[in-house]
Amino acid sequence: MNLDPMLLLAAALFSIGLFGALTQQSIVMLMMGLELMLGGIIVAAAAIWHYITPDTAEGQVLVVLAVTVMAVEMAVGFAVVTALFRAREVDVTDLATELRQ
Amino acid sequence: MSEDIVFWVLAVIAVAAGVMVFRFDSMARATYALLLSLLCVGGEVLLLGLDYLGVVIVLMMTIEMAIMAVFMVMYMMNPAGLMPMSMLHNTKGAAVLCALVFAALATGILLVRWPARRGRPPTDPTMALGMSLMGPQMLTMVTLGMALFATIVSTVVLATRRGRYDRFGDDLRSRPADDPVRGGGGR
Repeated sequence: MNLDPMLLLAAALFSIGLFGALTQQSIVMLMMGLELMLGGIIVAAAAIWHYITPDTAEGQVLVVLAVTVMAVEMAVGFAVVTALFRAREVDVTDLATELRQ
Repeated sequence: MSEDIVFWVLAVIAVAAGVMVFRFDSMARATYALLLSLLCVGGEVLLLGLDYLGVVIVLMMTIEMAIMAVFMVMYMMNPAGLMPMSMLHNTKGAAVLCALVFAALATGILLVRWPARRGRPPTDPTMALGMSLMGPQMLTMVTLGMALFATIVSTVVLATRRGRYDRFGDDLRSRPADDPVRGGGGR
């Protein structure tokens, strides 16, 4: 086992998540795509720590950062969905176009 | 050798479950597929020797997906997948774009000459992480703490049904509050 397969796994997860984030109309499903993308970043950060810089903890700190971003993204995302649903009874991106204005 | 087998099994399951997230009709199944994919991510992190972070990811994702399932049932039109439905847009364009992104990333990964490994993993990576977060990376830790606090405040503000503008109107100095619900403070 070496670095390349780990990074290829991370790239695959990132790309699948990107597909979900771009194609899903439901905001909750869109958030699932973002979670997959962050999962790919976690794998890449952990692999780079293990195979390139195990003598420093920066790679681990990046994993902590990505995990925190996951939590923040989910909490804020659900709060936005709740606020949007209360205001417009909308839970899909195509019907929330007033956010562009 | 056994590590290779574990890696490839987890990798295949992670990618397959990730694909199935966006192929299932049932939102509940999609949530469990995402949970399976992220549990495999946690497994890969454990395989790399990061015991603490791997366990944190596994525990956090389990709770997170349980909460996500609740929101799915709350908001989705077809949480159980009993009626086939499609909630996608621009699938072809997105598929091409994502294939290009993967190709670009894979090309970079395979062509770049990665630096040689510096040093060896510490005997206790968790201790090294803790010492780093409480020492050289303290600013990162403080920033994360403030970001989490801001998240708590903003999510409560966003999720609450009525704010101060609902009680006071556009002029926040007006008294008494134009509050249709007795008790003040939104109660």
